[in-house]
Amino acid sequence: MGNPNVGKSVVFSRLTGANVIASNYPGTTVDYSKGKMRIEGQKVEIIDAPGTYSLEPSNKAEEVALQMLKEADIIINVINATNLERNLYLTLELLETNKPLIIALNLWDETHHLGINIDEKQLETILGVPIVPTVALTGEGIKTLVSQIKQAKTNKKIKPKTEDKRWVEIGSIISQVEHIEHRHHTLRDRIADLTIKPYTGIPIAIGLIFAAFWFVRLIGESLISYIFDPFFEIIYLPLITQLSEWLGPGILHTILIGEYGVEINFIESMGMLTTGLYVPFAAVLPYIVAFYFTLSLLEDSGYLPRLATLVDKIFHKLGMHGHGIVPMFLGLGCNVPGALSTRTLETRKQRFISATLLAICIPCMAQMAMIFGALGTYGFYYIGIVFITLALLYVIIGLLLNRFIKGESPEIFLEIPSYRRPSLKATFKKTWMRIRWFLKEAIPFLFLGVLIINLLFAVGFLQWLGTALSPIMGGLFGLPGDASIALISGILRKDLAVGMLLTLNLSPMQMVIAITMLTIYFPCVATFAVLVKELGFKDMIKAGCIMLGTAGIVGITLRVLLLGV
Amino acid sequence: MNAKIIPLSELTQNKQAKIIHIQGGHGLQRKLAVMGIKEQQIIKIISRQPLRGPITIQIRGTHLTMGRGMAQKIQVEVM
Repeated sequence: MGNPNVGKSVVFSRLTGANVIASNYPGTTVDYSKGKMRIEGQKVEIIDAPGTYSLEPSNKAEEVALQMLKEADIIINVINATNLERNLYLTLELLETNKPLIIALNLWDETHHLGINIDEKQLETILGVPIVPTVALTGEGIKTLVSQIKQAKTNKKIKPKTEDKRWVEIGSIISQVEHIEHRHHTLRDRIADLTIKPYTGIPIAIGLIFAAFWFVRLIGESLISYIFDPFFEIIYLPLITQLSEWLGPGILHTILIGEYGVEINFIESMGMLTTGLYVPFAAVLPYIVAFYFTLSLLEDSGYLPRLATLVDKIFHKLGMHGHGIVPMFLGLGCNVPGALSTRTLETRKQRFISATLLAICIPCMAQMAMIFGALGTYGFYYIGIVFITLALLYVIIGLLLNRFIKGESPEIFLEIPSYRRPSLKATFKKTWMRIRWFLKEAIPFLFLGVLIINLLFAVGFLQWLGTALSPIMGGLFGLPGDASIALISGILRKDLAVGMLLTLNLSPMQMVIAITMLTIYFPCVATFAVLVKELGFKDMIKAGCIMLGTAGIVGITLRVLLLGV
Repeated sequence: MNAKIIPLSELTQNKQAKIIHIQGGHGLQRKLAVMGIKEQQIIKIISRQPLRGPITIQIRGTHLTMGRGMAQKIQVEVM
């Protein structure tokens, strides 16, 4: 346990060898992870809890931490050595619970750069529990920590007391063990300064976000055109063609490859081995790689809390505060982690607004990759319409929800961590973990999606649905009835749905309408499941109505504006 | 003789000040205290966002962003 952003997850990874996401902003861990390790031949379970400043929780993530504390036999308290005073508050509270405790004095290397001298032996004597200086990022001190875990002790002398008394005690401890030297301003301080002052910070933020998107597209497109497309066209296509001839016509051919006799098209064929593999690997994966690599760099550097500060005013108008940008950013990768991270917001109102806006306006990377693919051929202009519409909706719906949803939206109160140079190794590792997660989650759904769609086609259900909904689709949104099939398939995987839209020979403007509606009307099942859990059933129904209503209104508006009928 | 006591929100940027008193309920007091913001501490404003946006402060080597409303409740004495 420990304060937010002290490196608990890194210590956890080091101890258990388990992979958990760590980054340089408070609130990366919103749920617990469990891992196992061996100490002197004995199997023990280690739990990584979300960070908390005290044992009186102020958001959902902190409640999780408290729950974990109750289950624990031994507490490993991770402390940020560069901010000993504040961290000791939780330490004292933990000691008062009378559970055996051991302290990892993390970020030990940073103290030297900052001119902070801590007498850890003296601290150990005062607190009466073992203390091990660590640098979790490099692994320094972790072995000692492991060998000392069994020495974890309680300190009976530390009795429950009032807050004020605790602070007095901390003050006396600090004066005995910590000595701070004056130091000169470094380049890091200069950068920290420039990125948070509005006149330099806002232009830098805009520049960085554009650069990040440009970088994502650059990596994504390069991976597709130099690696994935050649592989599928040159190596994979001949194999599939042979398989197709060997299989001959029939239902198996339709499900595995697509309609017999039609030229194989990886996006449009709708077979498990064609579309089912091409979409996740060749169309989406490259962008996922690119996005998460870039996001990891932004996260680990410590830039996000500064961005949260700069955008706080805008987000406050939308009923959240600056930290609301974190779910939005994570959601651009995949809406599921985005929805989970709404836990770091304090009130129900903030969480509701943040989650609803996420589900309506933030397309995930998988979907975006397909949007680039579908509309990119017509020109950047069309992609622009989709994204500007979504951005406008984010603001408009946010303003409305802020007005009409009851509850408080407290002000931002957020620790701004020091910049750290992202380690390339850690960045690659984190990117890899997230890609693995994508592959594990996305591919089964895509396969399932292709299978279900094929079966529903085979029994004629989708054709019937297309015809039945044709008056609505045509009358309201200027789309062919079959577009409804794609929209409904979007519940399973939105990237797949965009692929299905491609088979309909829509005009570019129709495509824009269909894609925008597809983004808005409902989240995919995976996100839906998380949202139900996070918001509760009742609020999810409310959010769902807002989504469907918005999709309808936007569809009609766009039709009038873009198609002119 | 007594130095002027003002709300933190009105403190000039980069001027150091000492926290004299924190108004507001127990909840706010606690929220601030666990982050190290309490009486007698030295505090400094690093940046202010425009249009009454949040301010970023430095206290005991840590940087924190807080809303203006919160900053208004912290009474400081300019040093």
